[in-house]
Amino acid sequence: MALVSGANSPLYAQRRRKNGITMGLAYAATGFGLTWLVLILAVLLWEGFSGLSLRVFTEMTPPPGSAGGLLNPILGSLVMTGLAVIIGTPLGILAGTYMAEYGRYDKLSSVVRFINDILLSAPSIVIGLFVYEIMVAQMGHFSAWAGAIALAVIVVPVVVRTTEDMLTLVPDTLREAAASIGLPRALMIQKVAYRAARAGMITGVLLAVARISGETAPLLFTALNNQFWSTNMNAPMASLPVVIFQFALSPYKDWQELAWTGALIITLSVLTLSIIARALASQSKSQ
Amino acid sequence: MTMANYTVPTVTSTVTSTDGLTEKVSVRNLDFFYGDHRALKTINVSLYHGKVTAFIGPSGCGKSTLLRILNRMYDLYPNQRATGTVQLDNENILSPSQDLNMLRAKVGMVFQKPTPFPMTIYENIAFGIRLYEKLPKSELDGRVQHALERAALWNEVKDKLGANGQSLSGGQQQRLCIARTVAVRPEVILFDEPCSALDPISTAKIEELIDELKEDYTIAIVTHNMQQAARVSDFTAFMYLGELVEYGETTKIFTAPNDRRTQDYITGRFG
Repeated sequence: MALVSGANSPLYAQRRRKNGITMGLAYAATGFGLTWLVLILAVLLWEGFSGLSLRVFTEMTPPPGSAGGLLNPILGSLVMTGLAVIIGTPLGILAGTYMAEYGRYDKLSSVVRFINDILLSAPSIVIGLFVYEIMVAQMGHFSAWAGAIALAVIVVPVVVRTTEDMLTLVPDTLREAAASIGLPRALMIQKVAYRAARAGMITGVLLAVARISGETAPLLFTALNNQFWSTNMNAPMASLPVVIFQFALSPYKDWQELAWTGALIITLSVLTLSIIARALASQSKSQ
Repeated sequence: MTMANYTVPTVTSTVTSTDGLTEKVSVRNLDFFYGDHRALKTINVSLYHGKVTAFIGPSGCGKSTLLRILNRMYDLYPNQRATGTVQLDNENILSPSQDLNMLRAKVGMVFQKPTPFPMTIYENIAFGIRLYEKLPKSELDGRVQHALERAALWNEVKDKLGANGQSLSGGQQQRLCIARTVAVRPEVILFDEPCSALDPISTAKIEELIDELKEDYTIAIVTHNMQQAARVSDFTAFMYLGELVEYGETTKIFTAPNDRRTQDYITGRFG
């Protein structure tokens, strides 16, 4: 007689139970993941901050047993990362633009996308070996140029991917509106599509920077390392990841301490970049 | 081209007299294909200067498809093609040698969803003008103001021309899009369901605007709303399943249609 209301039905109760269990598992997984992140950051801050001083930014890497800083690897990282971005970003944006705008319906786009995805997930050590083979082996010596090129090879697929994704998100109605006032396609892309996708595209470049600023393997085979101050692009150049690698594995206490400090500097830089990327993304959303 | 080429068995045109009318756009034997699918079948219709022509019909009947042929918007996509002729002032715009950007400067379009560009209100208008003319700042300002006035938006935005166009309300955005279209100085304006995303008050404003604009332009409007067609248009074309069933003066179509299907549609029996 009395109808079972939907909220009291056994089916609904069962669904509630399932929901509770799934939610519990999701929270547990999140907690597990966050725990490690917090632990890593805590150890890094603890170990890194104790070695942080002005000297780190003003002095060169020391021989074991004497005091020194990280000025030459910081400079090397900035130079090679910057150069990699300068080389990789235009290439990535142009390729992404082709795939999202001009070649959207072409077979070539799917082929490029497929290859790009492979490149995106290629182990960086393979990229290091590749650049070693085509540049270092040919030139006969390690060089900062080779390091920058290896990093650029990592930048390109990231930027291609984000550029294509962000441009694909720009609604076709906006493209049609641009076409409807007689805007040629090239201008439509520059003035309308890029503008609408700008925040996402910048985020992509910043993500690429974050990705390469911690890469060690490609630099190990290309720029190698340099204990001294060097701005010669044709010579080996120090970089933070390689110095961290070398110092952290060394038996010397002061080297290990500098390695922690270097790791902290990289982490804080990447964190800053991520925050900037977030801020840009949310800023453009609220417009 | 001779009249013998016109095979128009399904159309009953009830335009009684074209005296005093200037034919601006003339569609003859138009077929349209999405891949292999024939979406429009032998369409014949005319648009007259200073008049509003409404295209009505149930969803999927091809009315938007027809509109998008008039500025060759379909060219943006692959595997779509039109056969037949569409004359704009004695020029066949379907010809492959047609310059699409020049065509679209002459035949403007307002879309279903308001589509302001991601830039300031001022730039949304000035952008289109700059494409065709190099004007000194003061003159450009005047043109922007004039376009916004024509779209009945000036009073609402004159103090915030630097604000982002996408920050306006839906109805204001749509009028911004109309202003943007008008600013380029087109001869024909196509409205593709311009009010379907708007509230009744904004709709009334847009309809009023269309009525004011028609003096100077040739206007075509696609609408789902039959009352709207009856309110704003001088001529109405009823389309069904890719065919133009009936075309004539709006009063005639809505009071004494010739075709049974038109009758059924306007009395709400289907669609």
